[in-house]
Amino acid sequence: MTDYNFAYLDEQTKRMIRRAILKGLAIPGYQVPFASREMPMPYGWGTGGVQVSAAALTPDDTLKVIDQGADDTTNAVSIRAFFQRTADIATTTRTADATVIQTRHRIPEEPLRDDQILVYQVPIPEPLRFLEPRETETRKMHSLEEYGLMHVKLYEDIARHGHIATAYAYPVRIEGRYVMDPSPIPKFDNPKMEMAAIQLFGAGREQRIYALPPYTKVVSLDFEDHPFDASKAPHRCGLCGSEHSYLDEVITDDAGGRMFVCSDTDYCEARRAAGYVGRDAA
Amino acid sequence: MTPLLSAAGIRKTYGAHIGCTDVSFDLFPGEVMGIVGESGSGKTTLLNCLAGHLAPDVGEVIFDTRADGPRDTVRMSEPERRMLARTDWAFVHQHAPDGLRMNVSAGGNVGERLMAVGARNYSDIRQQASDWLGRVEIAEDRIDDRPTTFSGGMQQRLQIARNLVTAPRLVFMDEPTGGLDVSVQARLLDLLRGLVRDMGLSAVIVTHDLAVVRLLADRLMVMKDGHVTETGLTDQVLDDPQAPYTQLLVSSVLQV
Amino acid sequence: MIEIENVSKSFTLHNQGGAMIEVMRNATLTVEPGECVALVGPSGAGKSTLMRMIYGNYLAASGAIRVGGLDVVQAAPREVLALRRDTLGYVSQFLRVVPRVPTLDVVAEPLLAVGRDAETARNRAKELLGRLNIPDALWGLSPTTFSGGEQQRVNIARGFAYDYPALLLDEPTASLDHTNRAVVLSLVKEAKARGAALVGIFHDTPARAEVCDREVDLSAFVSRDAA
Repeated sequence: MTDYNFAYLDEQTKRMIRRAILKGLAIPGYQVPFASREMPMPYGWGTGGVQVSAAALTPDDTLKVIDQGADDTTNAVSIRAFFQRTADIATTTRTADATVIQTRHRIPEEPLRDDQILVYQVPIPEPLRFLEPRETETRKMHSLEEYGLMHVKLYEDIARHGHIATAYAYPVRIEGRYVMDPSPIPKFDNPKMEMAAIQLFGAGREQRIYALPPYTKVVSLDFEDHPFDASKAPHRCGLCGSEHSYLDEVITDDAGGRMFVCSDTDYCEARRAAGYVGRDAA
Repeated sequence: MTPLLSAAGIRKTYGAHIGCTDVSFDLFPGEVMGIVGESGSGKTTLLNCLAGHLAPDVGEVIFDTRADGPRDTVRMSEPERRMLARTDWAFVHQHAPDGLRMNVSAGGNVGERLMAVGARNYSDIRQQASDWLGRVEIAEDRIDDRPTTFSGGMQQRLQIARNLVTAPRLVFMDEPTGGLDVSVQARLLDLLRGLVRDMGLSAVIVTHDLAVVRLLADRLMVMKDGHVTETGLTDQVLDDPQAPYTQLLVSSVLQV
Repeated sequence: MIEIENVSKSFTLHNQGGAMIEVMRNATLTVEPGECVALVGPSGAGKSTLMRMIYGNYLAASGAIRVGGLDVVQAAPREVLALRRDTLGYVSQFLRVVPRVPTLDVVAEPLLAVGRDAETARNRAKELLGRLNIPDALWGLSPTTFSGGEQQRVNIARGFAYDYPALLLDEPTASLDHTNRAVVLSLVKEAKARGAALVGIFHDTPARAEVCDREVDLSAFVSRDAA
């Protein structure tokens, strides 16, 4: 094997991260600062998610890693290999078989269970950052529940585009208290955030962890007369024919040809294995 | 009748240097108090102590709140004070960008306070913002433009609209016409005069410009070196100044 | 209605070597509702000064000035402001012009201040401006560019818009032609008839004789020691 400690991080670091996770679970949606470590991948490549997973994993866990829904992109493959090497744990591409799922920018289509943990990779944890650059101010706004500015952002969207144009990282209100950035998942995934599994969010560069216990109330912000709409491309998956999953648009040739396929590769495979066929299936 | 704002023994020092000292007054609903003085008089320090931007070393600032009656805002918790600052109080900065969000549209700037107190209907918010832009004489078709595209006078008027949309009862103003062209000043003063009268606002206005207080303020406090040297009705202090410094100030103003 | 009791006033010019000028000592007079009292005396006797003290514009050094029962010398600022709004009017010699405010609104303002609705206030303003021969073409303009006489008539209209129980008039007929002078004098008589107490300064002797019931010579209150 190797000289790595289980899951790369030393035990003291994992304890510190677990404390942050427990605090995050106790205060759903609140950003807990933590001492983010130097990891063997640069910032912007999922160090937050990796550290949270490293702290959460036990030798009996089965890990799944997805990147924009796919198990087979470079990043997903690398991170999965990283944990195989440093923790020697079982890995899988099947959502139903995983106990810990680390994800970049998507929630799996298949509903998660109360024995699973979903770990999100978060670039910018602060939902108010783009309108209020000062950390001192945003901390005050969260602690004093001053969230008018969040609605200003949505107002600006409607004024400029006629509708709320935020398509991903759509801000949510947790249990009627904290406003949270769900990470750059498509707004289509927001309703899934009320789930049975534990959700953990890690931002390595920004050094924040936040968390949602099972069945937490998650409400997407909106206006009365411009209600939240969890929309997706109005197509079916070309491979499995699914109508209800989030789709990626794939350009197939230079003549403008394109097709839509499920972003969640495991979901699509499972449907095809069960006999569903899409219009573009070979 | 209960004063709307009651300052008692306000004192703020910076080491050995006196910012302001021994300032007390009562302000009643509908009254406008001007505070004049030259640079270093302590008028801005006083305004900041009254408006909760600075904590005075000594003294109380008692505001007659809607919910709980007279409360000392100096000893209030920060959340309460911030809430007050968003609803029942307004602060007009001399430099308009300090009181605006420059990367947000005019409509968003005016609507923010409404959204901060729970307004959740986009059309309503937009309508109110539009009405207010009209009241401060900004063309309604500028509602989606950012203040970076506005002139100085327009930015100042936008700042006023942003502050007044929640119908605060007390407005603090720091040199509201400072830095503006003379014709722009005249328009702004007239606008302020009208709004103060129509909305029954009380205001505390700090300025070094006697013409501004003559026009806007019912009462006047003259400050020098941190002390209040004279106080009374504006027209009385300017027409029949008693204190040497006030007499100097009044006689120094050039007649046009 | 107006009671002036032992009022003294001096000016100390701190920036001119502390020179002190005593203008009056122990002035006493009363004005009843329905009468018009003229203040007379040579220049410097303190006629305008006394008028301004009644209004609270100048501070009396000692004594009492009661208007409608309120002692202006001791009153709190807001009491004086309320008095000026509801009880005591003042037509000064000069109109203080605020740029951009139309003449009609200038004249209507005292009525709006006491809570009349905009339409009633404007109608009364129109009536007065009409009587004082200000052409209606000018009603929508600010008085900034008017002639001295026109400004004075706007000032007078403003002073008579609201039926003040007490009214101070400083040279109301100055710079007016014969016709308008007559209008102003009728306005004064109408005010007296409705029970207002008026104090006036008139250098225009016939005008004074026409509307004033008695004269008070302020040189009686000038200090014997003054040069």
